[in-house]
Amino acid sequence: MTIALLLIAGLMLGSATAAMAGRNLIHSALLLIASWAGVAAIYLWAGAEFVAFAQVLVYVGAISMVVLFAVLLTRQNQIADQLIAPPTRLRAAAAVTTGSCVAAVLAAAICSSSFAPGAAEPPSTTVRQIGLELMRQDGAALLIVGIILTVALLGATILAATDPKVGPGSSRAGEDVP
Amino acid sequence: MTPLHLCLLISAGLFSIGLAGALARSNTILVLLGIELMLNAANLNFIAFWRFGPSPAPANGMMFVLFSIAVAAAEAAIGLALIIAVYRHQKNIRLQDADTLKG
Repeated sequence: MTIALLLIAGLMLGSATAAMAGRNLIHSALLLIASWAGVAAIYLWAGAEFVAFAQVLVYVGAISMVVLFAVLLTRQNQIADQLIAPPTRLRAAAAVTTGSCVAAVLAAAICSSSFAPGAAEPPSTTVRQIGLELMRQDGAALLIVGIILTVALLGATILAATDPKVGPGSSRAGEDVP
Repeated sequence: MTPLHLCLLISAGLFSIGLAGALARSNTILVLLGIELMLNAANLNFIAFWRFGPSPAPANGMMFVLFSIAVAAAEAAIGLALIIAVYRHQKNIRLQDADTLKG
């Protein structure tokens, strides 16, 4: 049981590290998909099947596609990231130091704290139970999340669709030309 | 070492990788992906405490993670739309070049 977790975690952390360290943006995006799939596998391991499927649908399915589209739409600057200027190298060293320090502090805090022993079996949660809880106790939160998603996606469409060269004032004139 | 400790250590590792990536890279897309990794690490903690901690309600941690995934999806959509808008402005998505608010 623990060996499976360690295996999944090793794959997940390895692909995340490779994605963050790699030069090729497409490879990074594909490795991050593997990392998100690893997170979904840990959810499955912990017995949270519904969340694992949500993770696969949202991250592995949707966000990865959006990321790949963004990579392909902004492809021109690939060379810019490949040139490693000395300030970039210095910043990378500082970032890795910061990351390791945070990891060390977190690991020390986790290892020094003792938790009450939890249940041996995962809490039995059916999809019906999740649906009832979403509709009853968390109904307001569900509505708010729906509004947030709608507003965010509308805003994203407006942000990505507006061409700065053809502003709101000049768009009318541009359309009249043909 | 209990499974809860192990899960928390794994998620701390994932968080640190995301943090180092978000700080080190100058490509805006990779910075956003580092932030996504940090969000995933937080979700892992929710599930770890739901599974191995003394949980009062059977679906509590799952609700947290579901809402967190929904908000993360909205954040990713907005972030990538912003990246495309910035790219339209300056034909470049290096963070160092995106230092002017006007024009």
